[in-house]
Amino acid sequence: MSTTADASAGRAQISARTLRTDRWWLPPLLTFAGLTAWVAYATVRAFMQDWYWVEQYHYLTPFYSPCVSLACDPESALVGRFLPDWPILPFAAVTLPFLLLFRLTCYYYRKAYYRSFWASPPACAVAEPHKRYTGETRFPLLGQNLHRYFFYAAVAISVVNTIDAGLAFRGADGGFGIGLGTVILVTNVVLLWAYTLSCHSCRSITLGRINHFSKHPVRYWSWQQVTKLNAKHQELAWTTLGTLALTDFYIMALAAGWFSDLRIVN
Amino acid sequence: MSAYNAHFRVWRGDSEKGDLVDYQVEVNEGEVVLDIIHRLQQTQAGDMAVRWNCKAGKCGSCSAEINGRPRLLCMTRMNTFAEDEVVTVTPMRTFPVIRDLVTDVEFNYQKAREIPSFAPPVGVEPGEYRMQQVDVERSQEFRKCIECYLCQNTCHVVRDHEENKPEFAGPRFLMRIAELDMHPLDAADRQKAAQEEHGLGYCNITKCCTEVCPEHIKITDNALIPLKERVVDRKYDPLVWLGSKIFKRGEKTDA
Repeated sequence: MSTTADASAGRAQISARTLRTDRWWLPPLLTFAGLTAWVAYATVRAFMQDWYWVEQYHYLTPFYSPCVSLACDPESALVGRFLPDWPILPFAAVTLPFLLLFRLTCYYYRKAYYRSFWASPPACAVAEPHKRYTGETRFPLLGQNLHRYFFYAAVAISVVNTIDAGLAFRGADGGFGIGLGTVILVTNVVLLWAYTLSCHSCRSITLGRINHFSKHPVRYWSWQQVTKLNAKHQELAWTTLGTLALTDFYIMALAAGWFSDLRIVN
Repeated sequence: MSAYNAHFRVWRGDSEKGDLVDYQVEVNEGEVVLDIIHRLQQTQAGDMAVRWNCKAGKCGSCSAEINGRPRLLCMTRMNTFAEDEVVTVTPMRTFPVIRDLVTDVEFNYQKAREIPSFAPPVGVEPGEYRMQQVDVERSQEFRKCIECYLCQNTCHVVRDHEENKPEFAGPRFLMRIAELDMHPLDAADRQKAAQEEHGLGYCNITKCCTEVCPEHIKITDNALIPLKERVVDRKYDPLVWLGSKIFKRGEKTDA
């Protein structure tokens, strides 16, 4: 157990784990439920290997982008098909691990799951249940320092998502067209860029690591913009989980024929 | 709001033993918790120990825990509680208690002494320091710190694990290292020391320090995470290392 009331250290002897009277357990509980539900949905969809593509309007769900499995529909495979068609291998197995690691090592998500999944701590001034604590000083949590590499990968993947959204401006006759699916894909990719660029690593790379702002006016301007976005990193982290699931669900529903796309232009 | 009687529970004791003691005490409009503690001293418990000074949220003396939440006694208004709510006041739990609400915060002074002070570049004498406002304003946020040590008290790294105290400087002093590392004229190597000597890796950025800061300093987002990223530059990112060799930048991430 923790040593919050460690008598040998001369601390005040208060046996209660916490004296907080508010519902401190609610935020970690909601976070736990939200993240668990999302991971369950994403896992099912990533391994479903079906209902990911609407050829008529060139809609490809972000969970399958880029589609690189030999089983991918040829029209959906922008960068070629080279991964073997195995049931345990998602069609976008080249990118999904990087996206997962980008979010897993994200400074916001770290706070979220350290609190809600590992109770370290469950809430501020609430004693954690662990006997020892070494934080991010050793393997495997030392690996959290690789966040910026996954940030670089996430930028590249956001470019792919942007191309997907651009190609979704297609009408039924093969020409220009806009449907609700296009709007959803574009909204999703704009928010994905906002989340990616609001990353703390991005903030450090733009200028945070430099001490003389006055010598780098352009980078200083970009740092200021990233800093503004960074203040919304938590909100963007949750919003993009929502838009990713929504985008995927909408395209799954279209591909499965549950309903048809609402067309705005062509 | 008219005057009413509140139910207070105040921890009374010393490093040997202690307990929560119940009091019924008058509360008037506009009062803060420190006012009520003072009324208890004046009317019912003349020997109750409490440390305080400015009563304006600027001296950082009256740190304690109110209903389990680390707060300044002088900045917690009584109208934030329902009239029938029991208000529990306890000393900070991370530090040794001296008596009642007063703790020994020597741990923090010791950690402060372990951080080398500002080190100007060789050959630059006092009076010759030149820097632009834009270069220093980022770390000026950290100078708002009133050293109440609520962040040190709340951080679970030492609050829940006494054994981590020797290795971990705590958020207040990691912020001090960040302040010096971001200083345009500081020439000392802060980054390796932050990770290897002051325990930056213990921080798992759960942001309780930011939540309790009475000066609303964004300790985690503006000091601890940027410092972690600077350590990554230095210790874990070969691209940055390569760039610094090609462009012949110095040891500090500076240009």
